[in-house]
Amino acid sequence: MGGLSSDLWQPVGLTIVLAGITTLILLLIGTPIAWWLARSHAWWKEIASAVIALPLVLPPTVLGFYLLLTLGPDGPGGAIAGLWGGRTLAFTFEGLVVGSVLYSMPFVVQPIRNAFAAIGDRPLEVAATLRASPRRAFWTVAVPLARPGFLAGAVLGFAHTVGEFGLVLTIGGNIPGRTKVLSVAIFDFVEASQWREANILAAGMIVFAFAVILSVTLIERRSSGTGT
Amino acid sequence: MKFARLVRFVAAIAAWVLTSTSLPAAQTNVAVAANFTEAAKEIAAAFKASTGHEAVLSFGASGQFYTQITQGAPFQVFLSADASRPKQLADDGLAVDGSRFTYAIGKLVLWSKVPGLVKGEETLRAAAFAKLSICNPIAAPYGAAAVEAMKALKVYEALQPKLVEGATITQAYQFVETGNAELGFVALSQLTGSQPGSRWLVPQELYAPIRQDAVLLRSGAANEAATAFITFLKGPEARAIIEKYGYVLDVQS
Repeated sequence: MGGLSSDLWQPVGLTIVLAGITTLILLLIGTPIAWWLARSHAWWKEIASAVIALPLVLPPTVLGFYLLLTLGPDGPGGAIAGLWGGRTLAFTFEGLVVGSVLYSMPFVVQPIRNAFAAIGDRPLEVAATLRASPRRAFWTVAVPLARPGFLAGAVLGFAHTVGEFGLVLTIGGNIPGRTKVLSVAIFDFVEASQWREANILAAGMIVFAFAVILSVTLIERRSSGTGT
Repeated sequence: MKFARLVRFVAAIAAWVLTSTSLPAAQTNVAVAANFTEAAKEIAAAFKASTGHEAVLSFGASGQFYTQITQGAPFQVFLSADASRPKQLADDGLAVDGSRFTYAIGKLVLWSKVPGLVKGEETLRAAAFAKLSICNPIAAPYGAAAVEAMKALKVYEALQPKLVEGATITQAYQFVETGNAELGFVALSQLTGSQPGSRWLVPQELYAPIRQDAVLLRSGAANEAATAFITFLKGPEARAIIEKYGYVLDVQS
């Protein structure tokens, strides 16, 4: 029973840590990107936006395949791993973070971008006439107004990382405690005909997914109710 | 009126598609263990040339296919990478009685792209590498054989932290091919090309023979192409292809 519970809970813990770190990184780098996409008039803005949205359409195996090459010893990932004596970023937790950040990026950037765009020019112009610097206006006006967008982006980014499978299967190597995440663990349990364990995890995922969708809907409803 | 014309148009296309693909000869869906991919493609081509029937191949891990077949997957023939899953299917009543036979015996190889890296069992003992790739020992028989061989050499405990798993033998091969793992246990059938590097054919006494069994599934009992494929697989033409890909043949019964 002890062995069983560690088999069950280690992937759950790992998945939560992975999704948490991924979400944090995505909020940090996704916010300036979303701001730029919402405010810029550059002609190649929509091209950049389309590139970020690619993981929505591509099968994870495509991203996984190219990541396997770029993370490997002949790619930049191998060079980075070389800094601490490794030879590849594949099969590492760090490699999974890189993959998850790329894979979940549109789910975080899109809601934040929409929230920034919905603010419009007016509040920022008012802030400027009140002599707020652009930086100050961003933190005191734009960010608070876009809060529902941040919330929805964070929830979706987290949830999407929890739900990824094809990517992890391709670059993870199924190492317990490091790359064996929830979805891969379920796959293994099904393979091994351990349907009881598969059921526990899979049913948990259904409850989790339902909670995520419900909470995103509630966030959206609340923001449209209190906004404008 | 417009709608009725559209319906007629779609129906005509559907009829054309259905008849044009099913007219020439019968067709069968075959689930093929990933290690047998290349050989199976060549056999399917020869099968079509000689009988006119078409074998549509799906590749994957044997364990995955077993689970899918128990849940009614539309395969008529199953070429497993082991003997136990076809036997299990027969016990479950999902396979045609007496149709099970060994079509190939697989060979395990330790392979690296780096020349001179793989010398033999001393390579495993020295463990001078970061990652060793195998395929999932739960789902794929070549993974189980690799673990068995490492245990026989008493290096499994020491090597365990360095193991990375592919879901299938194809993925285990890719990990080595892309250089992400320095070496890995793969199937000899995957190395029939002129891959550079170094290899060690793992001695048979280190692991139980990988008997790869084929079975006619119950849904294929009445399928002309399925039964013909099984017959063809036992014939000299297919056996020559199987041998060419580095498998050992069972004594023909």
